[in-house]
Amino acid sequence: MSQNREAAISRRLPIASLAAIGLGLMLTAGTSQAASETEKMELSHAAIIGATCMGCHGFRGMGSGEIPRLAGVAKEVTAGKLLEYKSGALEGTVMNRIAKGYTDDEIQAVAEFFANQ
Amino acid sequence: MSLSRRGFLKLSMAMAGVGAATGLAGCQDSNSMADAKRVVVIGGGFGGATAAKYVKLFDPSVDVTMIDGQSSHTTCPFSNLVIGGLKDIDEITHDFSALEKRGINVVKGWVTGIDAEARTVTLKDGSRYEYDRLVVSPGIDFNYDAIEGYSEEVANTKMPHAWQAGEQTLLLRKQLEDMEDGGTFIMAAPPNPFRCPPGPYERAGLIANYFKENKPNSKILILDPKTNFSKEPLFREGWTANYGNMIEWIGGDFGGGVESVDPDTMTVVAGGTEYQGDVINVIPPQKAGWIAHEAGLVDDSGWCPINTGTYESTMHAGVHVVGDACIGSPLPKSGFAANSQAKNCAAAIVAMFHNENPPEPSWVNTCYSLVAPDYGISVAAVYAVEDGKTVSVEGAGGVSPLGGKNAEKEAGYAHDWYASITEDIWGS
Ligand SMILES: Cc1cc2nc3c(=O)[nH]c(=O)nc-3n(C[C@H](O)[C@H](O)[C@H](O)COP(=O)(O)OP(=O)(O)OC[C@H]3O[C@@H](n4cnc5c(N)ncnc54)[C@H](O)[C@@H]3O)c2cc1C
Ligand code: HEC
Repeated sequence: MSQNREAAISRRLPIASLAAIGLGLMLTAGTSQAASETEKMELSHAAIIGATCMGCHGFRGMGSGEIPRLAGVAKEVTAGKLLEYKSGALEGTVMNRIAKGYTDDEIQAVAEFFANQ
Repeated sequence: MSLSRRGFLKLSMAMAGVGAATGLAGCQDSNSMADAKRVVVIGGGFGGATAAKYVKLFDPSVDVTMIDGQSSHTTCPFSNLVIGGLKDIDEITHDFSALEKRGINVVKGWVTGIDAEARTVTLKDGSRYEYDRLVVSPGIDFNYDAIEGYSEEVANTKMPHAWQAGEQTLLLRKQLEDMEDGGTFIMAAPPNPFRCPPGPYERAGLIANYFKENKPNSKILILDPKTNFSKEPLFREGWTANYGNMIEWIGGDFGGGVESVDPDTMTVVAGGTEYQGDVINVIPPQKAGWIAHEAGLVDDSGWCPINTGTYESTMHAGVHVVGDACIGSPLPKSGFAANSQAKNCAAAIVAMFHNENPPEPSWVNTCYSLVAPDYGISVAAVYAVEDGKTVSVEGAGGVSPLGGKNAEKEAGYAHDWYASITEDIWGS
């Protein structure tokens, strides 16, 4: 993946999750691509769930090949699809097996986490 | 140091007052820099590099040092594609430069000692690093003694294990290339528990694919001490669909467990029967990486017991063990699991530094296997903590459907998974 794409993602972060991140990132993010030294991720159950999804969906949910991007997607959209995978209304190769592992509350929380990436 | 970094320091100092006033002060002010917490990570593989990156992400003020004996990591995942001639070893080798750009101090050297009382680690060259918390993710080592006639030397010359990627992978690849059409490839599969439960069977399929295209009269014989194996119905279906009866599997019920090998005659003995092979791949029984034994982190099983969710060793406080080396069950010994474990471990370490409770843990694991280049299968599970124990969430997970309806799609997703997880870990 290019540095640029990662930088583009981190540049969006402060606006979305200012409270969780603090000032450090907001300042660097505006100044350069080398923002990664101070890039921050919130410490929460939702972030842990989200981080483990990144094994397939890419760092911060940026997507990879045919595996869809989750970063910046509206919470309602992601949560809606996950609930449909969970119920079986939507069919996938692997997401039905995965979505069944989370409570509806966890699905809402992780959807919000990715909406803010 | 770049201009932008200086710019950041100046700005953050100027803003420190504002931060305090609004309650938004991050961890980046000059005070907390002075007494920064130190995390040392042993291993730059799946577990170690993930832990290093995520400790830094969860709290950029932590001083993180990652130590690996090698200057880059060649992944076992997709090494079966190298063995099958479908990928170059460079494509599965990842350096640590992106981690350095994140402010992680990367050190090349073999750790030879851990002093859990003094909280220091010592390298082969005598240098020493202090830590507040240590993460150990050294992967596996082998019980060579379990198979008569086998040794590290035999592995490095005539009968590679290729269960740590790099030279071993290339040796096995070369032996397969040198083999004549009509030859026999024998694999001695390992007993449980071992790194990557579906790995031996993925390897058999991708070698069959190479034979089918280049040496179609050759045979593959898997000798296995186990009576069944991961995703067995899916592998069997896929083998038959792609390779007819080229692959034969002899399980533990039928004398599949290899007892001895003879590199001079290129034979192995299993269940009292002698088998002759042209290329022989011996995957021995396994245990936690050597340094975990040296540091007293293992129990009688040869693996490292840990506390649920935090991965802190039950043997030594302040030391966390993730990845293949830990007793991480019900999670399997996979790269995906190591990545999931390390994220939970990193969160716990940062929370402990801040005297907070770690966030509630959560894990997911999926192992994709390529039966053939365009034929993929998978097994998945989600894990949570219940009554203080890690459990596989009921009703979730499972394997791909039989019938191969998703096999082509999943082959594509396997490649996308590899790109994602390696980018997540090493940034490349
Ligand atoms: C053929 C094969 C295929 C596989 N396919 C998959 C797959 O498709 N999906 C999947 O999820 N998993 C797969 N795996 C499993 C995966 O490779 C392991 O589970 C994973 O590597 C475990 O991570 P780890 O951090 O424990 O160890 P490793 O990734 O092996 O990392 C250990 C690192 O520690 C370093 N090290 C060790 N000791 C020291 C020391 N004393 N000092 C300094 N450095 C040290 C080593 O150099 C190494 O870089 C496969 C394995 C094999 C063998
Ligand atoms: C094993 C790889 C893997 C893991 C782990 C994984 N996903 Fe997926 N995801 C996929 C694939 C592949 C698809 C495409 C649908 C399918 O085939 O199942 C997908 C589709 C989706 C979609 C639909 C997106 C769209 O635009 O249609 C959402 C939402 C989603 N995943 C969310 C998640 C979340 C949240 C997690 C973590 C809890 C997660 N995924 C974990 C592989 C994965």
